[in-house]
Amino acid sequence: MPFHSLAEIEKRSREEEKSFFQIILEDDISERKTTKEASMKKMEAMWNAMLDAADSYDPQLRSNSGLVGKDGGKMEAYREQQETLCGPFASLVITQALQMGESNACMKRIVAAPTAGACGVLPAVLIPYHKTYHTETNEILEALYVAAGIGQVIATRAFIAGAAGGCQAEVGTASAMAAGALCSLRGGEPEQISAACGMALKNLLGLVCDPVAGLVEVPCVKRNVIGAMNALASADMALAGIRSAIPTDQVIDAMREVGEKMDVSLRETGMGGLAATPAGQEITRKMKSRKF
Amino acid sequence: MNIFDILGPIMVGPSSSHTAGAVRIGKVARALLGTSPRRAFITLHGSFAATGSGHGTDKALIAGLLGMNPDDMRIPDSEVLAGKAGMEYHFFTKNIRGAHPNTAILQIDDGRERRIHVQASSIGGGRICVNEIDGIQVDFSAESPTLIVNNEDRPGHLAAVTSILAKADINIATLTLNRGKRGGKAIFVAETDLDIPECAVEAIRGVPGVLKVTYLNMNREKN
Repeated sequence: MPFHSLAEIEKRSREEEKSFFQIILEDDISERKTTKEASMKKMEAMWNAMLDAADSYDPQLRSNSGLVGKDGGKMEAYREQQETLCGPFASLVITQALQMGESNACMKRIVAAPTAGACGVLPAVLIPYHKTYHTETNEILEALYVAAGIGQVIATRAFIAGAAGGCQAEVGTASAMAAGALCSLRGGEPEQISAACGMALKNLLGLVCDPVAGLVEVPCVKRNVIGAMNALASADMALAGIRSAIPTDQVIDAMREVGEKMDVSLRETGMGGLAATPAGQEITRKMKSRKF
Repeated sequence: MNIFDILGPIMVGPSSSHTAGAVRIGKVARALLGTSPRRAFITLHGSFAATGSGHGTDKALIAGLLGMNPDDMRIPDSEVLAGKAGMEYHFFTKNIRGAHPNTAILQIDDGRERRIHVQASSIGGGRICVNEIDGIQVDFSAESPTLIVNNEDRPGHLAAVTSILAKADINIATLTLNRGKRGGKAIFVAETDLDIPECAVEAIRGVPGVLKVTYLNMNREKN
């Protein structure tokens, strides 16, 4: 059975004196009736697919609609030419998030984490971290288990689809997963991992899913950036010893409540928010006139 | 839902419902035809019709009909590959009453006598639901091994088939039975826990009154 709360994972971790990652790994082994080796191998395939997706970014490509593309290349050139406001590491994170989001929009191969629309968030923090700190693959895999475990709790307790709960459910969940993964990489305790996750989710609470013309492009690609940057900040806060006043499981419950109250026009229908702006509607009109 | 439903699948973007799910619909339709399609008439409904072009839903369905999986990097080029494979395709849009927003109807044939009419929906996260085969309602996901038996609507067929499965030690997870009209043609669909051995499938083909047997195991190549 998937865990129903982060508190449960924290408790088991404390009682059995095991890390957050171990608890999730052991649960996967029993849940899918597999071995540790097979599970780790599968996780490594996910990581390798993320690395391949990052390597195969094409700065010349535009999406089918022509709405997105090339911004990852612009960001890369900018950060190489001058000192960015965010600094070297964070600007790498921004670049990677844009590139992965654009690759997805341009029909390249990506890893849904937890969804295709939010696929840029987790690799945007893990790949720059891996390259900057020369982290061992094993540590990255451990962080990926932590991320998956967090995502599973959110999916069980609330939702991870924009159609169900808005973008807070997609990019919000991805951000919470990435924040937890970063804490794990820095040797954070389960309580810190959980706090990072809770703070990340709180910060994006209420984020609506309002894709222009119903496509996973505007504003999705750039929202991957805010998901990744929010993960960095939340992980740093948790590692500094800052805690969330609202326990993470209750934050997840609040996310669910907010998502359920969200008007249907703001849940992936392409009818509200940015999609309903004059510019958004003009794009929608053009896309609809296109023939198959 | 396991952790690789959260972290994964590895897929070609941009959308698990409009792209990955569409590939699976095409692939299941191909498996139901039992051979490479030569012609495909594809009708898109709802969000598939409205946003399919921008999501590459058309390319994804064609890719599936060509036998590709959702992570196949050739999906964006499927139209060209269909031309090379000699598969002709035509797209239409239509409002299908009561259908899920992401629904497609695929009428495909092999250029000779084999043809099939499939309606399926992409229900999120790359998962699909097959709603109709040749005018008869069905309801299966093709996630577990699935046996589809077209038979004459007469007593005893189901018992004969389930006893063959029992002998092969195959546990049935779900079983649905539907028919066009009384005494006409019927379809029953059994989703099983384990892969059904070829000899059992062959034995079912031999049951009197059974018109056609299709066995799908989409996971066999995935893992």
